[in-house]
Amino acid sequence: MGAGDRNVSSTEVAGESVDLAKTSVRELNQRLHDVDRAAPGRWRVSNPNGAHSVAVGLDADVEVEIDGHVGYYCAGMNKLATVRVLGNAGPGVAENIMSGTVIVEGDASQYAAASGRGGLVVIRGSASARCGISMKGVEIVVGGSIGHVGGFMAQRGTLVVCGDAGAGLGDSIYEARVYVRGEVAGLGADCVEKELRDEHRAELADLLRRADADADPADFRRYGSARRLYTFDVDNAGGY
Amino acid sequence: MCGIAGLFSKSTSIEEELGAHLSAMLSQLADRGPDSAGVALYRDPAPAGSCKVSLFSPRPDEPWEGLARELGAAFGGDPEPDVRSTHALFVVPAGGDEVQEWLARERPDLRVMSVGERIEIYKEAVDPRDFVERFGLSDVSASHALGHTRMATESRVTTEHSHPFSTGLDLCLVHNGSLSNHNRLRAFLRGQGIAFQTDNDTEVAAGYLTWRLHEGDELEEALRGCLRDLDGFYTFAVGTADGFAVLRDPIACKPAVLAETDDWVAMASEYRAIAVLPGADEAQVWEPEPGRVYSWELATVT
Repeated sequence: MGAGDRNVSSTEVAGESVDLAKTSVRELNQRLHDVDRAAPGRWRVSNPNGAHSVAVGLDADVEVEIDGHVGYYCAGMNKLATVRVLGNAGPGVAENIMSGTVIVEGDASQYAAASGRGGLVVIRGSASARCGISMKGVEIVVGGSIGHVGGFMAQRGTLVVCGDAGAGLGDSIYEARVYVRGEVAGLGADCVEKELRDEHRAELADLLRRADADADPADFRRYGSARRLYTFDVDNAGGY
Repeated sequence: MCGIAGLFSKSTSIEEELGAHLSAMLSQLADRGPDSAGVALYRDPAPAGSCKVSLFSPRPDEPWEGLARELGAAFGGDPEPDVRSTHALFVVPAGGDEVQEWLARERPDLRVMSVGERIEIYKEAVDPRDFVERFGLSDVSASHALGHTRMATESRVTTEHSHPFSTGLDLCLVHNGSLSNHNRLRAFLRGQGIAFQTDNDTEVAAGYLTWRLHEGDELEEALRGCLRDLDGFYTFAVGTADGFAVLRDPIACKPAVLAETDDWVAMASEYRAIAVLPGADEAQVWEPEPGRVYSWELATVT
């Protein structure tokens, strides 16, 4: 089963518990880096209290559930792992995610999933400014709304917003796909609305199902690059 | 960097221990701003016709009793210095403007940190954790307070360059960010009669607010003017006699978190500074939107 196929709505309690009131983030992360890849198990982290860099740099098919709000850079550089935050996430959640799944049950602060290369990031609440900035292949599903300049300089991947999008959506976008169900306050430079065809509805339906998001693909509008700001050569389309 | 903390009590239990709560918040923000720390406390209103004056002396052995006698001779009464580290607070039976004029004339060696009915500003170029110890903040009660931890980027690390900056009677400003047009704006404001003590960018924002309020703006109007006239990055928190206000610039690079329970309203650069408050687990927590003024007043939340 690929990471993207995992049912992300599962809420089973982890087998191993770490209390951040008693254990340092550095020790937690080291233990998560050292897990037995054959049996990585399920972890539950309590008392995060806004700590920075919780569950960063994971590189195994481990499941981590964090019981509370986290600070900067939670689940940064994630590979293979499933990280679920039962609260809000500070700036830079899932920054540079490579694969696996990161789920934020609350809201996410600025630049969620920035530069993400793969994997799935689900934010059930809203995300603030610069969500998906410079994304390079990650799939992002936001249940609520996003702030300004979502998908800024996005290069590849998919950003789905079930609520509204702030000003400057998709500014200087390259080849990522952006879907918004609600209002868009304004499009950024070189970002345009595009036709929502069957293949896009199918992509949306699959992504919404994997994110356990309750929305009808037909209600979304699609946005993408007008390709006037960079040297786009149609012969290279397959490479984007 | 820099860290901001604001706490506003909605219950007696929080008010009685507000200094301890603010100290815990500032300690959480110490590594966002290890260069200096400061607070504005709103507490113990001065009797009608009197004002509270918070003063800083760079001399460690400042004879505050002598100043007390001089103030008594000039304004009557028997002002007693309430000394905290390098600062002393006096309650003087006269108007704030009058006392400030006298101090500027008679004691230009002293820095006036704040003047007002309720405000007390204390700040020092030391690590925030040392600051809360030296100034005995843990034992202080207050209705509300703002705090700041500074990582200096635009000007020197001194007590005078630390935040909060007074912006008028009972008003103060703390800032996370940096302003780009402060030199030109400072020159303009000097022309409008606003005095500056340092070359600090935040002091210019404080002076800007002082000017707008003097021109008749309400606080929210003056803050909205910042969106038009200030160039740079900022999360501002402004303390007033009755409450506080928060504003982020439209680009909103600088973080801010707001939280509220039945007992308090808090603002901080990061949630970890709010997590130390009683009942934080159950608080409503949200990120203030860019370019929007948020404000709380004692009368409206009781």
